Amino acid sequence: MKINDVILRTVVKGVIFIILTLGVYLFFSGHNAPGGGFIGGLVLGSGLVLLYITYDLETVHKKMPFDFKKVAGLGVLLATGSAIGSIFFDAPFLSQTDTYFTFPILGEKHLTTVTVFEAGVALTVIGTLVTIILSISEDE
Amino acid sequence: MTIDIAIILTPFIMAALIPIFYRRLRKNMIGWVVLIIPVSLFLLLTTYIPRVAKGEVYSHTYEWIPSFNLNFTTYIDGLSLIFSLLITGVGSLVILYSIFYLSVKESLHHFYCYLLLFMGAMLGVVFSDNLMVLYAFWELTSVSSFLLIAFWHHRKASRAGARKSMTITVSGGVAMLVGFLMLYAMSGTFSIREIINNIDVISGHVLFIPALLLVLFGAFTKSAQFPFHIWLPDAMEAPTPVSSYLHSATMVKAGIYLVARFTPIFGGEMVWFWTITGVGLITLFWGSFNAVRQVDLKAILAYSTVSQLGLIMSLLGLGSVAVYLGYSTETVMYTQATFAALFHLINHSTFKGALFMMVGIVDHEIGTRDIRRLGGLMAILPFTFTIAIIGCFSMAGLPPFNGFLSKEMFFTAVLNITELNIFSIHNIGLLIPIVAWVASVFTFVYCLIIVSKTFLGSMKPDIVEKNPHEAPFGMLLPPFILIGLVITIFFFPNLLGEYILKPAMLSVYPTFPSAEEMTPHISAWHRINTELLMTLGVVVLGIILYRFLKYWSKIYRLFPKQWTLNAIYEKVITSSENISESITKRYMSGHLTHYFVYIYVSFVAIVAGTFIALDAFEWNPTNDAVIENYELILVFVMIFAAVAILFAKSRITTVLLNGVLGYSVAFFFVIFRAPDLALTQLVVESVTTALYLICFKFLAELKPERSTKRVKISNGLISVFVGATVTLIGLTVVNYDKFKSISSYFEDSYNLAGGKNIVNTILGDFRAFDTMLEVVVLFIAGLGVFALIKLKAKKGDVDIEN
Amino acid sequence: MESLMMILIGILVAVATYLVLSRNMIRIILGTALLSHAVHLLILTVGGLKKGDVPLLSQSEGPFTDALPQALILTAIVISFATTAFLLVLAYRTYKTNGSDDLQELRGMPDE
Repeated sequence: MKINDVILRTVVKGVIFIILTLGVYLFFSGHNAPGGGFIGGLVLGSGLVLLYITYDLETVHKKMPFDFKKVAGLGVLLATGSAIGSIFFDAPFLSQTDTYFTFPILGEKHLTTVTVFEAGVALTVIGTLVTIILSISEDE
Repeated sequence: MTIDIAIILTPFIMAALIPIFYRRLRKNMIGWVVLIIPVSLFLLLTTYIPRVAKGEVYSHTYEWIPSFNLNFTTYIDGLSLIFSLLITGVGSLVILYSIFYLSVKESLHHFYCYLLLFMGAMLGVVFSDNLMVLYAFWELTSVSSFLLIAFWHHRKASRAGARKSMTITVSGGVAMLVGFLMLYAMSGTFSIREIINNIDVISGHVLFIPALLLVLFGAFTKSAQFPFHIWLPDAMEAPTPVSSYLHSATMVKAGIYLVARFTPIFGGEMVWFWTITGVGLITLFWGSFNAVRQVDLKAILAYSTVSQLGLIMSLLGLGSVAVYLGYSTETVMYTQATFAALFHLINHSTFKGALFMMVGIVDHEIGTRDIRRLGGLMAILPFTFTIAIIGCFSMAGLPPFNGFLSKEMFFTAVLNITELNIFSIHNIGLLIPIVAWVASVFTFVYCLIIVSKTFLGSMKPDIVEKNPHEAPFGMLLPPFILIGLVITIFFFPNLLGEYILKPAMLSVYPTFPSAEEMTPHISAWHRINTELLMTLGVVVLGIILYRFLKYWSKIYRLFPKQWTLNAIYEKVITSSENISESITKRYMSGHLTHYFVYIYVSFVAIVAGTFIALDAFEWNPTNDAVIENYELILVFVMIFAAVAILFAKSRITTVLLNGVLGYSVAFFFVIFRAPDLALTQLVVESVTTALYLICFKFLAELKPERSTKRVKISNGLISVFVGATVTLIGLTVVNYDKFKSISSYFEDSYNLAGGKNIVNTILGDFRAFDTMLEVVVLFIAGLGVFALIKLKAKKGDVDIEN
Repeated sequence: MESLMMILIGILVAVATYLVLSRNMIRIILGTALLSHAVHLLILTVGGLKKGDVPLLSQSEGPFTDALPQALILTAIVISFATTAFLLVLAYRTYKTNGSDDLQELRGMPDE
């Protein structure tokens, strides 16, 4: 899939960072504001898909040599792992906990184990989205 | 995190890791890696022996779903320790044996994965105190047994055997589940120990006897008791290490475990006594009687296992009278039957395990297990012959092997019971020792058959040609360890009694004050008594019967072929298959549209029908939110777009219209205060539209529907009815206020879950189970898409139609 | 508003049903997509509309709109995306293998 579209490429170059930043922002803001694993993952995933559509597969793959099936697998592992993990602390399955923690430079931050779970969700969404679109596009 | 849960989990973790090892290691190394698990678990469990022997029990509860009383409670006491030692001990030997038995060309990773799965499940069964957890592990053993029997799945007999064992054991398991639920209904707890403590509350309950029978049904199917024993001989299609492990030493003993574990609960009932004793004795007799007619060595061992399981089962039945009678110095002698059962359970695992391995060696070296084609192997397989003769003599109950001791105790128990005057034993009680004795005679006969037909006599010419040789050291070592135990136990039985059996007796009779009284001193020689005379009679009559086998074996032909249990089983299975097929074919036409019509018509008929019949429709728009102008526009846009899809000629138009609908829904989410949804919907709608457009590259352009007018009208009518029904339900439900909304609970999300976005805390915390499974579903869908595209039949592959 | 939404939902469901009952695979897939839109709106509407503020504790003191339906819908949106993707690929694989996207033709001659 070789698209030679100068305008699209130039625009995407600028926009992609905004999209990816937005995705990351949405992911982290999720606990207290709109956002979260699903939305963050979807935005990041669609940003990546946009990248793949604008440039061809090989070029993107050279820069980002991920197997997105494995990204999705890692996501599932994180999500279920964080769920099972709570058993090892004598807490019921899927218990989450949160705490305030003071970092040297960042100051006091609110940390929760839900973030691990959400990261799993986000990774699964990214991996699955890109896998689906890529495998359809690659089919000849 | 304590050690007992680690014991259960380790095999599962290892099973999950096997694919990694399989890829990295040489094929012949994988067995050795797997071997580490059972050996280390066995050693770990042996450290419990002295502590448990002092009467300590170990229990730990991990809350799983506490609101449903589902807790992962592990419980280690004398009884579960016996079984866990057998599981890991025999497991170690079997894995060692299988390293040499299975060729590296077999799919070893599957084999060891299933085997570890089984080991973990079995440990789970014996260590679980919670009935539901026990049930889950129980079924898992059936599943892993199914997978192992069908290990050589290219063979038809393997598949049939696997299916049969699965059908029978799982139906028993389901019955058992119902029994467990009844116990829960009576006692309000799933914990076995708590049920035992509350035994007075439930024993008079109307569900008590049904629960008892259902639990027994599960135990009998698993432990291959008459008439459910028919799956065990067919399960012999499994590789021999599996037969030796699952189908003689461990899995089939799960039923025994269950009966022993539930004796404190049900033991005082007459039904319990007679069912277990009766079924056990019938199984004992029928198994040994049928073993004599078999020609396949493994089939003989299978029937012999059936018969020995019957023996153990009947002993547990006899032992249960002690629960009925309660504790006193006179009644304590009846607990001896249970003691003998547990003793024989261990003995059986040792000698039967060795015998199975012996048959495996014969099969491996000679290439056949048919006793009509074997003979004279003593000269070429001297070590294997040693195993066979010690194993068989122990099974036949001869000294100086452990089988003699437990057989004598069995005779003592059946003689003791005749003196009792309860449960109307005096009427037919005399039958008990007679059946036991006759079955023992047949046991002796088939033991002689195994030894003499295989190893004595002259060698067949085709075997001589093959020039077979003795098995490698690694295959001989495991059975030699087992027969070493057979002899050691004979000489030091009280060591076993003191450290292993005594604590288990306390688990079976928790109300009895001291374990000392229930632990008899086992001795090989006591003066000449009835038991010894019975053994002598067995030997004499056994030899005579063996001599004249030719003349009396005609009686086996007296049974009509079409009335064997197997034939009945087949008949039931095939006829039910046929009936269900003919019924299913009536309505499963293969047209997707038909199925949708069924679904929609029944939806309308049931839901709308109920609404009309109950006059439940209500419409009260007074509480409705105000309609703004832009909302009205949005509604009309959506209606227009939806209806336009029906008339669109090109697929691009339909997809764009669908996009319009999707974005309008996103707008509604904004209006209705759902920012998370709006964001998600916008992104998803964009991606979905892109997806449609990409897929259209591969799909045909829309063609006008070629359905007849009648079909179109009926479809249209169905659609209108479905839409109207949904609207009716919706209008009624909007103002439903009989229950208070549960949503206010979630509004405390910051204190409960540490997040200020309520929707997100529901997803990530309150209802994280949904989210977790959803992630899994998403992943599966992604893999499905990937597989559909990437995995195509290679050129030249045959199309598989079925 | 709720009543109006219910009528809209009813129309969407009716259209979706008609599409699902057709013989063409693209129409069926579109039908399922429409059906999921309708169900999402249905779940949201039965929870009550515009009864409170956005369910964010940082934004207001309450009362809030019902957050539970929103969480359910969020899950449903993602799942329906996954199933749509799977159905689409299934459809085009079927088309490529069998050369038809008509269910009647795909079923072939009846075997009775």
